[in-house]
Amino acid sequence: MSIRDIVFIALFAAIIAALALFPPIIIPLINVPITAQSLGIMLAGGVLGATRGGLSVILFLVLVAIGLPLLSGGRGGFAVFFGPTGGYLIGWIVAAVVIGFLTERFWHRLNYVSSFLICVFGGIVVLYAIGIPWSAAVADIPVATAAAGSAPFIPGDIVKALIAAVVIVTVKRSYPLIEAERADRPSAA
Amino acid sequence: MITDLYIFGDTVVHRLGPGKKLLALLVLCSLLFIFESWLALLPAALLVLAGFWLAGLSAHHAFAALRPVLWILAAIFLIQLFYSGVVGAGFVVMRFAVLILAASLVTLTTRTSEFVDGIMAGLRYAPRFVPREKIALAIAMTMRFIPRLRAQFDEIREAQRARGLERNPIALLVPLIVRTLKDADEIAQAIEARSVD
Repeated sequence: MSIRDIVFIALFAAIIAALALFPPIIIPLINVPITAQSLGIMLAGGVLGATRGGLSVILFLVLVAIGLPLLSGGRGGFAVFFGPTGGYLIGWIVAAVVIGFLTERFWHRLNYVSSFLICVFGGIVVLYAIGIPWSAAVADIPVATAAAGSAPFIPGDIVKALIAAVVIVTVKRSYPLIEAERADRPSAA
Repeated sequence: MITDLYIFGDTVVHRLGPGKKLLALLVLCSLLFIFESWLALLPAALLVLAGFWLAGLSAHHAFAALRPVLWILAAIFLIQLFYSGVVGAGFVVMRFAVLILAASLVTLTTRTSEFVDGIMAGLRYAPRFVPREKIALAIAMTMRFIPRLRAQFDEIREAQRARGLERNPIALLVPLIVRTLKDADEIAQAIEARSVD
């Protein structure tokens, strides 16, 4: 891993932190706030790829754990991992890695649709598959109940996946980071 | 700089090493999930309260720590009420409260810089294949760049406001990311030019 990769990892962790300032969008009807921070997780994977994206999410979570109030709403410290929704924070790491891995695999065919589907899979399917059983286990409630409790957040996450897909494809056009590494390998695609 | 959640103090709890506090927190958490009984929970609750008192923290700090999860805990209480009655529901919710308060006690009495120093000291003993300098560089750089990126984000928002785009997430995110990636390239070149690697 080069110095350049380290700088990308560090600066993207700082971007995820800066996204806490993003004004939350309230979805009408169900009244659930969408925060931009989990959007940052999708972007970390989609822009940096699996390894660097995953490491930048880990770095961000380490800084949250050691007492910086970087989560939206100014939350931070070890307490956020001990609450009922701590599993989603750990799931962020896996989500970024999965999105990064799939984005690398589909790099040459990446468009709004494929990127959106990748973000939905990694940022919703995989993330909830970790967060829901975790909540159920620590709160001692059935998995189905925990799933029902998470359902109101899905529309917001679909909106985030849409935004993330557009941003990932646009950034790929002006500043492709995954391509640069593949160029010196024998062309696989 | 960014401020941490630390509350200034010079008590026994504040002076205890960050590693010891963290270990105590992990042990407490494990015990409360292994021994799911009031016999474990009540002493743990007393211990955490004593910790708050010893650290000179007030009920206000404790409430602030619990406020973000208040609604979720209320919902869990109602669900538990249905499955396991008042006692079971009370146990699960109180276990969350004790764990969250214990974790907050560690955060409120330990500076972020103490943890960073602890991580750096720990890395010295890490095996050779661990890229120690790179981990240290990444942590230091992120902390240094968070205020700058926040300022940059506000700047981009101002610029897009002039175009009526300040609530368009794509018009905010794309410039933020592209500009940061370009900065990252320049910073990496600057570091390499000083042959740190």
